[in-house]
Formats: sequence, structure tokens, C-alpha cells
Amino acid sequence: MIYLLRRLGFAALVLWASYTVSFAVLYLLADPVATLVARASDGTAITTAELDALRARYGLDQPVPVQYLERLGAALRGDLGTSFVNGQPVGRTIAEALPPTLQIATAGLVLAVVFGAGVALTATYTRSRWLAQVLMGLPSLAVSLPVFWVGLMLVQLFSFQLGWLPAVGARGPAALILPAVTLALPTGALIAQVLVKSMSTALTEPYVTTARAKGVGPLAVHLRHALGNAAIPALTVLGYVTGNLLAGTVVVETVFTRPGLGRTTVEAVADQDVPLVQGVVLFAALVFVLVNLAVDLIYPLLDPRVTQAVPA
Amino acid sequence: MTDLLDPRTAADPTPTPSSGRPPTTGRARLGRFLRRRPGLVVSILVIVFVLVSAVFPALFAPGDPTLAVPRQRSLPPGPGHWFGTDYLGRDVWTRVVHGTSLSLQATLIAVAVALVVGGLIGLLAGFVGGWVDEVLMRVVDVLLAIPPILLALALIAALGFGTTNVAIAVGVASVAQFARVMRAETMRIRGTVYVEAARAVGTRWWVTLGRHVLPNAAGPVLVLAVLEFGLAILAVSSLSFLGYGAPPPAPEWGSLVSEGRNYLATAWWMCAMPGLTIAATVLSVNRVSKALDGEWGRDR
Repeated sequence: MIYLLRRLGFAALVLWASYTVSFAVLYLLADPVATLVARASDGTAITTAELDALRARYGLDQPVPVQYLERLGAALRGDLGTSFVNGQPVGRTIAEALPPTLQIATAGLVLAVVFGAGVALTATYTRSRWLAQVLMGLPSLAVSLPVFWVGLMLVQLFSFQLGWLPAVGARGPAALILPAVTLALPTGALIAQVLVKSMSTALTEPYVTTARAKGVGPLAVHLRHALGNAAIPALTVLGYVTGNLLAGTVVVETVFTRPGLGRTTVEAVADQDVPLVQGVVLFAALVFVLVNLAVDLIYPLLDPRVTQAVPA
Repeated sequence: MTDLLDPRTAADPTPTPSSGRPPTTGRARLGRFLRRRPGLVVSILVIVFVLVSAVFPALFAPGDPTLAVPRQRSLPPGPGHWFGTDYLGRDVWTRVVHGTSLSLQATLIAVAVALVVGGLIGLLAGFVGGWVDEVLMRVVDVLLAIPPILLALALIAALGFGTTNVAIAVGVASVAQFARVMRAETMRIRGTVYVEAARAVGTRWWVTLGRHVLPNAAGPVLVLAVLEFGLAILAVSSLSFLGYGAPPPAPEWGSLVSEGRNYLATAWWMCAMPGLTIAATVLSVNRVSKALDGEWGRDR
């Protein structure tokens, strides 16, 4: 119980702090009204009165602490403010942009786990030194390639040269394949790196020797005995992985011209739509926190020592 | 080449004592170290090439990066045009070489920001300890909860576009990593016997900090800085690909790829070549970072 409360407390702290950080960056570093003016003025000069009216409309005329508290209060009630550009509530804009992003993020996550686990398990299972070397080299190669470039090269190859898959758009499951693969490569590499490390450690443990001595087959030792324990460290990076995927959609949705949260973010930054950018940052922090909470809840089920260790 | 792709980057950093071989001089040791690692030599050469072309681009590409020759539009790679030409008839190789300067400047600024700001936060947290440490590390935890690219995007939304702003944004987004490592190192060193001895003989705290803590903490932080250099190249080029970097005529690695995007179907080299350059540079930087982290110390 104490374990759970601690985790909840930390989650709340992270959310509050990321709110504060994003507020400081977006509202204090630069004057949001300056960007408002850039938009409102269509060549005509803006009077001070109009400027003040604009400030008042978005609550930017208040002293900073008041603004901070009012916006924080509104955010707690689920109101993330109004977009500077289209006047829509930020919450609704994010909710509308989310479904296509969830599609590629989910597909990307599944592929990343398959790639990552596949590479890591084969690399640690194979007897061939050569194959292991090559497989273990793949993740560090994958994280060194620029994601946007990999996406474009996949389009060039599979859409333009071979004509197998659509290059852009979001219609049909076939359009999902290339974005999901692009998204999965760096994430899968991360999973593979963590899993290779924890598998190598697990395979030297005494329980593996015991299992082998009992006559358990190599594949069963690998999958049933070692993987069960090696999966735990891999699980802890899931929060990081999800954040990675979300951030990856920013580039991937641009490359494949798909609608979604990433595309919305790119446009919001280009328009300097401060409330929307803050909304996206908060959403990312919320996802990170929720995934980590879920991991924290699953963790004791996999490894009962965790809950016992914490109160001490 | 497989050497280049070796993944065991974060091998244990503790140098193992020498293995019976007679001690060799520094130069001989370096020579043997490099001879056994052809991939590392190639990586170093790539980095030297990139650094030189950032300072003296005309050395490798004497042409004008913005000179358009309409009669030579969209030529595939071949003699005369290594990397082909773009939709205006500009030589892609020349543009990539001249773009090195902007991309590398941005990367250097980003790493410097991350190193200095993160290093100071970590140093302060680790050296002072107590509630200062507690507060600073909570802030760092939060920064780690927001994906770096989103943090960078928020900063760009506030600061505006341009190569320098992109660089600062990328740097600030990776401050947290440096703060963590620096803090861990500082705390480790603060507990060592020589710091205790320094304190016992009455050395002032800033002398301890400058003479004992900083030089000894620098190693792992510098390794991280080299690694960060590769990540920063990727982040900077991603952001300039998204269009937040220098305005169009200026060549920059990321924006070169995005320029070529509209001609992807017919002229793949406009995208492929600048992207390959980025990939080769990042791979080389990562290889060198791996060599610095552990390999050099272990191989005696």
C-alpha cells in the first residue's frame, strides 16, 4: 500500500512539475502576445488598446503568479486552454488528433517488441559467433540512422521502386506498414539493447545451470527460465519507450504526411501556438506517468521482492 | 566493418590491470590499439573529414553551394557530381560539404549547453548535497519524463526558429542526462580518501572542487559528451528537417534531406546522400565514444 501511494505521489509530482516547466518555458521565456500580434495583424498596425484586448482575452494581462495558478487550476479541471490559432479547446484538438497516432504508435510498439525481442533472443541463443556479432551490431546501427531519412528511404524503395505500399496518407492498413516500421526501428533497437544485456546476465545465473543440469532443453532454458527474469529490466524502460514512440510520431507523421498528434505538434510549433504546445507536452508527461504507474503495478507480480524492499 | 557496429558500448568502465605484457610507451600503445580496430580508424578519419570540411569547406568542394546550373538538373551520382545534382542543378556534394559548418555549429552549441548547464547542476547537487541535491534531482527527474524532442519543440515554440535556437533547444533538452552523470561522479569523488585528506589539511572548498573533483569527474562526463554529440547531430538534423532551422537557401544536413523529399520518386540521391552523410557521422562518433568509454582503458 505504501508502495502504491509513493508511486502515485511521484506521478502527481512529475505532472505538476512538467506543468511548471512548460509554463516557464512557454509563457515566461517569450511574450506569447508577440506571436498573437504577428497573427492578428494582417498588414494593419495594431493599437495598444487592441493589444490589451488580446491579452485580456487569453488572460495574459494578469500578473504571472495569478496566470500560473489560474491555468494550473483550469488544467486540473481538464481545461488546457484555447488554441491561439483556431480558437478550439486544446483538449479537443488533442483528442481529435489522437486516434491515427494511437494506430501507428500501437503498431510501432508491437513491431518494436517483435524486432527487439527477436534480435536479442536470437543473438543470445545462437551458437554462431558471427551471427551473434551481426545481430548485436544491428541495434547500434539502427539508433545511428536519422529516423526521417529511414522513412524516406523506405518510401523510395517500397512505394516508388517496388510499388508495394502507399507512400503517403492514412487510408487502409497497408498505409500503416511503412510508418510503423520506421517508428519501430529505433524503439526496437532500444528494447534489443536492454534485453541482450539482461539475457546475458540471466544466462550466467545459477538457476540456469540448475535447469540445464536437470536436463531441460536449451530452448526451454532460454525462453522459460532466463527470459522470465530478463524481461523485468526490459519492462522498466517501457515508460521511456512509450515516450520515445510518441516523440517519434512527430517525425514519422511528417515524413508520411499522416494526420495525428505528431503532425499537430509540428504545426503548433510552427504557428507558435503556445497553449497547444503546452497541451502536447503535458499529454506526453501524462502518458509517461501512466505507463510507469502500470509498470510499477505489474512489477510486484513479476518480482515479489520489490514491494518488500521498498519500505525498508 | 563489423567492428564499427559492435554494440557493447557501455562495457564496464573499470580498467583491469595489465595482463603480463611488458609496459609499452604511449605512442606504441596507441598504434597497436588502432591497428587492431580498423573500424575505429575509419571512424576517426570520417570525423576529421567532417571537422575539416566544417572549417574549410572549399578544400573538398571548391564550387559554390548555391550555384544553380539549369542544364545539369537532377543528374544522378556520377563522375563530376559524386552525390548528383538537385532540382535546380546545384551539386549535392558541394551543398553537403558546405552544410557541415551550420550543422556542426548547431551540434557544438547543443553539446556545450548540455555539458555546461547539466554539469553545473550535477556538480552543485553532488557537492552541496542535502536539500539542494533533493530539489535539483527532482527537477532532473521531471525533465527526463518529457521526451527530449518534445521539450526541444516547446523551447523552439517559445524562442522562435533558426539554427541557434534549434541548437539551444536540443542542448537544454539533454541537460538532465549530464546533470545525472555529473552528480553521480561528484558524489563518488566527494567520498574518496584524497578529498578527505584535502579537507583535513584545510584546503578551501573551491580549490577542492577545481583541483580534485572536476578533473576526476571529467572522464565519464566527456564520454557522455561525445555520445551526446552523435545524438545532437540526429536531433538537430531532425528539427531542421521539420523546417525549424536555417531558412531555405542555406544548406544544412537536415534541410537538405527535406528539400530532396519532393523529388524522392525521381531523384533518390537528393535525400539519400545527405542522409547517408548524417548516418556515417553519427556512426563514427558513436564508435569513437565507445572506444573512449572503457576499451582504451581495458586494452593495456
